[in-house]
Amino acid sequence: MKQGKIENSEPDTMTATENLSAERTPVISVKNLVKKFGNFVANDHLTFDVFKGEIFGFLGANGAGKTTAMRILCGLSSPTSGELMVSGYDVYKQAELIKRNIGYMSQKFSLYEDMTVAENIRFYAGIYGLSVRQRKEKEQVMLQKLNLESVRDKLIASLPLGWKQKLAFSIALLHDPKIIFLDEPTGGVDPITRRQFWDLIYEAAAEGKTIFVTTHYMDEAEYCSRVSIMVDGRIAALDTPDVLKKQFGADNMNGVFLQLARSATRTD
Amino acid sequence: MIKITNICKSYNNTQALQGISLEVNDGELFGLIGPDGAGKTTLMRILMTLLIQDEGQAEMNGLDVVKDYKRIRQLVGYMPGRFSLYQDLTVEENLSFFATVFGTTIEENYELIRDIYVQIEPFKNRLAGKLSGGMKQKLALSCALIHKPEILVLDEPTTGVDAVSRKEFWDMLKKLQKQGITILVSTPYMDEAGLCDRVALMQEGEVLSIDTPARIVENYSSTLLAARSDEMHRLIEDLRHWEKIDSAYAFGQFAHVTPKDDEMEAVELEQYLMHKKHNNLQVHEIAPGIEDVFMALMSGDRSY
Repeated sequence: MKQGKIENSEPDTMTATENLSAERTPVISVKNLVKKFGNFVANDHLTFDVFKGEIFGFLGANGAGKTTAMRILCGLSSPTSGELMVSGYDVYKQAELIKRNIGYMSQKFSLYEDMTVAENIRFYAGIYGLSVRQRKEKEQVMLQKLNLESVRDKLIASLPLGWKQKLAFSIALLHDPKIIFLDEPTGGVDPITRRQFWDLIYEAAAEGKTIFVTTHYMDEAEYCSRVSIMVDGRIAALDTPDVLKKQFGADNMNGVFLQLARSATRTD
Repeated sequence: MIKITNICKSYNNTQALQGISLEVNDGELFGLIGPDGAGKTTLMRILMTLLIQDEGQAEMNGLDVVKDYKRIRQLVGYMPGRFSLYQDLTVEENLSFFATVFGTTIEENYELIRDIYVQIEPFKNRLAGKLSGGMKQKLALSCALIHKPEILVLDEPTTGVDAVSRKEFWDMLKKLQKQGITILVSTPYMDEAGLCDRVALMQEGEVLSIDTPARIVENYSSTLLAARSDEMHRLIEDLRHWEKIDSAYAFGQFAHVTPKDDEMEAVELEQYLMHKKHNNLQVHEIAPGIEDVFMALMSGDRSY
C-alpha cells in the first residue's frame, strides 16, 4: 500500500539525461491484453509499455478499441485476458488502488458546473483523501499558477471553456498521481488555449509524470514522445512520431494515420 | 446566395454575435472557422430561421430570414451539431419521414443522395439510435438533402470524428458542391479551412477575417521561425524568456516563433538556443498556416 504518496514529490528539475535513463521504468505494462464483448473482440492482444515521464499518444479511428483499453487501464473494466500493471498495481486484483493512484480528465466530464472552483477542489481533495492542510496548500499554489485566484468563488459554469480545462487538468493532479489519463482533452478550444493546455502537459511530463492521451488532432500526436495507432482492435503502429513518419513516407502524422486507418474494416 | 448584414444577438448578458456581416456566393463552399463560443451555431440558427436576431438582416437566396421564414425552410437543408434524427425510427423511416415532410419521395431525389446513402443502405432497417457515429452522420446528411435544397448548412459535422471519416466527409461535400448546392459549414479544426473556397475566421462573436484560405495566409506579414530540440518544454520556456521574441507556441514537433524584429534570421535564434544548451537543434524560417494567422489575429497582432 502506498498511502503516503501525497508526500512524495518528484524532483522538478530533471535534466535531459536523467529523463532518458528514467525512461526505462515502465509505469504501464500491457502484455497480450484481450477484451471481448460476446463474440466481439474489442482489444485483440495489445502489448505495449509506457515509461516514466513519457507523453504517450493513444490514437485510433472511432471504434478501433481505444476507449475500451483506456477504461481497463483506469481500473474501470476488467480484461478478458492478458497481464497488465498500472503504476505498480495489478488491474485484476488492485483496480481500486489504480483508481486512487491515477489522474483522469476528459473533455466530456471533468468538473461540476454548478459548484464553484473552490468547491470542486474541496470535493476532489476529499475523494482522494487529502488533509485539509494539504488541500489548502495545493489550492493556493494551483490557483496562483493558473492565475485564477479571482474566480475562486465563481461557478464553473460561468468560466470560459479553456479555463475549465486547465483547471480540470490541475485538479486531476491534486493527489500527485504518477500517471494521468487524458481523453480528448482539448476538443473545441481555441488554438492559443489549446497550446497553453499543452504547456501544462509538457510541464507535468518534465516533472516526471506520465501522460497517456487520446486526441483527434493530428498535430497534437506530434507533441507526444511516442504514439500508438490502433486499427480494428490491434496496435498497428507504435513509435516516435519521427520514426512513424519515415516508416510511412508521410510529411505529418495525419498522413501516417490516414494510411493506417484506411485499412480498417470495422466502424464503431 | 447568403447575405448577412450587421447581425447582433445576445443571450442575457452575453453578446453571442457582435455585428456580423458576410456573403456566401451561389455554389460556394464557405467555412465558418472558430472555437466553441465563437458564435457559429447562433449565426447558423438565425439563418435557419430557428432563432431571431436582435439587430441586422439576413437573406437566403433573396428571402428574409424573419419575414419569409416559411419559404426559406423549403429551400435550405440543415445538419445541426447534435444528432437530431429520430433514434427510434429506422434509417429508412427517418429518410422517408423527412422526404414526406417536404412533400417529396426518396425515389424523386435519390440521385442526389445516392453516393452517401448507398453506404448506409445495407443497414436501412436498423434503428437510427443503434448506428455508429460515422453512419449517423451519413444518415443526417441524407435527410438534410432529401428535398434537394439550394443551400446546405452544416454545423460542425466533423467534430469528434476521426481523421479518416473527416476526410471522407469533406470529399462528400465537394461532390455536393459540384451539383450546384451552396454550402455553409462550420468547424473548430483549423486545418479544414484549406478545404473551403472562402472562410470567415470567427472568435467571440466577431469575424476576424474573411477571404480565401490562400490569401488569408499570404496577408500575414511577420517573420515566422520554427525551432525544435530534444526538450520541448524547456525550449518553449527559453524562447518566451528571450526579450527578442514576441510569441512561441508548440506546433507539432516544432515551436513556431514570432520574433519582435522581422529581420531576425534563423541563425540568430539557433545561436541563442545553442547558448542555452539545447541538443539536436533545428531552426528554419517557415511560411505560416491558417492556425498561425488565427492566433496572431486573436492576440491582436500588429502584423495583420
